[in-house]
Amino acid sequence: METFPFQPLDDEGPVFNEPWEAQAFGLVLALHEKGLFSWQEWAAVLGEEIAAAQAEGDPDLGNTYYHHWLSALEKITRLKNLSNETELRSRKEQWHAAYVNTPHGKPIQLSAGRSD
Amino acid sequence: MSHDHTEPPSDLELRVKALESLLVEKGLVNPDALNIIIDTYEHKVGPRNGAHVVAKAWTDQDFKQVLMQDATEAVAGLGYCGRQGEHLQVVENTADTHNLVVCTLCSCYPWTVLGLPPAWYKSAPYRSRAVSDPRAVLREFGTELDPGKKIRVWDSTSEMRYLVLPQRPEGTEGWSEGQLQQLVSRNSMIGVELARAADASARGES
Repeated sequence: METFPFQPLDDEGPVFNEPWEAQAFGLVLALHEKGLFSWQEWAAVLGEEIAAAQAEGDPDLGNTYYHHWLSALEKITRLKNLSNETELRSRKEQWHAAYVNTPHGKPIQLSAGRSD
Repeated sequence: MSHDHTEPPSDLELRVKALESLLVEKGLVNPDALNIIIDTYEHKVGPRNGAHVVAKAWTDQDFKQVLMQDATEAVAGLGYCGRQGEHLQVVENTADTHNLVVCTLCSCYPWTVLGLPPAWYKSAPYRSRAVSDPRAVLREFGTELDPGKKIRVWDSTSEMRYLVLPQRPEGTEGWSEGQLQQLVSRNSMIGVELARAADASARGES
């Protein structure tokens, strides 16, 4: 029988599809447990991000869930002044440079991406 | 392929690395605590917790009474404690009523007893159709209910999560809690399926 198209094959499928999803998930719980925002505040921001993605044409089939989760995490860190867009962008560029500057097989250190 | 550099990972991964390294630097996130959280959700919480709760409710009337009155307290007594301060309510399937759980806003889910939700639970089609046409959704999961049976849909929130207590399958008199647990699937506790039917192979000897 043809089942619901998004149904996983069994009860014990992977919880996270990629490691970054687990990291993003854990960061939200860690910040919440430190008392930096309430779970109600988090659910509201996540709900807004999901609605915004749908409005922009994401069919939102569950496979992009952690994309929304990550956008919501970036947003709540801005709202709570834990970080800001400029700082995040420059840190992301640093990590990118760190990869490019590190020979294949060597551990990636953030310092390898610093331009000074 | 050149070996004098490392191919950078995806943009998503870089965004997470940027956030994580900044939050750790600022002392807002402790890396050890982060690893413990991830390990817990990857390996320690899952639908087995919920199956334990359901099988206990099927076999222990006193436990069931407490569970129906205050599920948060009852499952905490089994060692399953929520971390987001949410309340848990158990909704019982009966001969007249079948219960189905959804979160229309995002993906609120009873993590402590079911682990993290499957992809379809988080999908827009499920979130909308569970409310607009629950019977069709159940049919897609292969679940046919009597036409006369009512379906009650519970919309989860960040403060209130629901766990379905499925009907105990017929022919399981005298089964132990451990044997009964094998009949309780994750999907039956969300309400898209029924508990597995009892058959000789399911009972096992362990």
